[in-house]
Amino acid sequence: MSTETDPNSGITGGDADAHRRRDRRIRRLLFGCTSITVLTTVAIFAVLFDNTFNFFYDVRFHEWLIGLVTEFRLFPEQRVAITEFLFDTEWRPSHADDPRFGILPLAAGTLLVTVGAAFVSIPIGTATALYLSEYARPRTRKYLKPTLEVLAGVPTIVYGFFALTFITPNIIAPVAAAFGYDVGRFSALSGAIVVGIMTIPMVASISEDAMSSVPDELRNGAYALGASKFSVSTSVVLPASISGVMASYILAVSRAIGETMAVALAAGVTPRLTTNPLAEIQTMTAFMVDSTRSTMLVGSVEYQSLFAVGLALFIMTLAANLVNDYVKRSYREVYR
Amino acid sequence: MAQHESDSLITTEVSAAETARSEIPDETVLRAEELDVYYGEEQALDDVTIEIPDRKVTAIIGPSGCGKSTFLRCINRMNDQIPSCRVDGSLAFQGKDVYDEDVDPVALRRKIGMVFQKPNPFPKSIRDNVAYGLTVQGKTENVDERVEESLRAAALWDEVNDQLDSSGLDLSGGQQQRLCIARAIAPDPEVILMDEPTSALDPVAASKIEDLIADLAEEYTVVIVTHNMQQAARISDKTAVFLTGGNLVEYDDTATIFEDPEHDRVEDYITGKFG
Repeated sequence: MSTETDPNSGITGGDADAHRRRDRRIRRLLFGCTSITVLTTVAIFAVLFDNTFNFFYDVRFHEWLIGLVTEFRLFPEQRVAITEFLFDTEWRPSHADDPRFGILPLAAGTLLVTVGAAFVSIPIGTATALYLSEYARPRTRKYLKPTLEVLAGVPTIVYGFFALTFITPNIIAPVAAAFGYDVGRFSALSGAIVVGIMTIPMVASISEDAMSSVPDELRNGAYALGASKFSVSTSVVLPASISGVMASYILAVSRAIGETMAVALAAGVTPRLTTNPLAEIQTMTAFMVDSTRSTMLVGSVEYQSLFAVGLALFIMTLAANLVNDYVKRSYREVYR
Repeated sequence: MAQHESDSLITTEVSAAETARSEIPDETVLRAEELDVYYGEEQALDDVTIEIPDRKVTAIIGPSGCGKSTFLRCINRMNDQIPSCRVDGSLAFQGKDVYDEDVDPVALRRKIGMVFQKPNPFPKSIRDNVAYGLTVQGKTENVDERVEESLRAAALWDEVNDQLDSSGLDLSGGQQQRLCIARAIAPDPEVILMDEPTSALDPVAASKIEDLIADLAEEYTVVIVTHNMQQAARISDKTAVFLTGGNLVEYDDTATIFEDPEHDRVEDYITGKFG
């Protein structure tokens, strides 16, 4: 046989270019879809930043940039001091004579609800995950886990309504009254409880996935040493799945930070720097909902303050996600 | 007690002492009588009767699926983890049937340690791995001494004494298995069950474990399931041969099984004609 190509071998032919073109087209199409997500994120950040700049300096960032390049206009005068935004303890953007833009009361409101929610979702979610992964019979788990995930799909406004009409009057009010406290229609506690309940499925479901993926060999090793089921669950399974469990906590916290409708309904609309969970407060998100519904002038300081608060929220949740990534990487155990 | 000491002295010597050793009457630590085990409808063990002597190495050999591991897992009731598993007949540890109502499997497993086929250290430090059994059993005194003793007994101390706080998962496969052995002996059980402890290891690591097993028999009763017939011949005092269908076909001194088995099927299996 010679080394010449046999034209009838069937492995050459005119379709090669067509196949290559097709692959390229598909790759571009898929890349296009992917870039929509990335571009949206970038666009959101750009709009937030542009308008936040306007909030502080009375000129949009891109306008200022154009001015700088074409007319050498340097930094404009500050409208709202960044130090005021970060450290002032009053938030009253619509006040006619003396508007104040201290984000602390809103941030404190968000923090109060988030921490309170974590106290609900983390213990109950972890316990649920341990039950499903270690204690429940396979049949029970088969039905219970999807049910739990349905809970995650309930619209958050429904949770808010639930807090307003059930949790506050039927649970918080009687308990607070028994201790001699008075509680109004809205309270940080109500928001914290409902956001906590809302994020239980997230903690439970992700933690359960992490616990179930702990190899049975580890459980058997512990049982063979005379460990009880509880010891196996808490001293072997939980530590072995800690990276996934921590990830679920952080996701739940980041969800609580960004949660809007439930807290707007349950926790109220009064910005207040307080640690009293029975007080009405306002979270960052609730302020944004409230303001966008009210009649305010587009372009006013109050309007621009929405973007500043939005940017602050964005940075907080982004930070939570970065922490999540870091925790996942540093706690990961490799099983051989 | 004197009986035990003379036993263990002999056990450390090589096979020349084989006949002498078999003449010493054995004290039975585990006795199975007419033991049947089912997984759902499937029968895994069929009418097994066996007496396992104290402070000897008893090997259990046989082809895959013959019920060797099932038998082993019956002894410390690890089969309880399998919902479909059902046990008939009796299996006594020091005269007490381990399937009696009043037996606590957790307490039983504190007397009967186990080493698995695949090394399964916990994702914890070496120290915490060895101390785990002590911790869950509430033996919180002299933990560091027990950890050191156990690691020495498992011939691992010299390799890891300067890294007790590093993860058990960072060790090699053979070291991990010796760590698991140290973990099993730390709470000072009576019996150590081993389920093919060397099958996942390279030959050098495997031979270290084999040496270790001979030493362990001075203090513990060792029951070892193995696929490796040479291994059974090298390290065990007694050998039980299970063949298909969960039948214990022959059980005798290891020398007898390998040199002059009673059953032709056992001889065929041992000489590699089937299985």
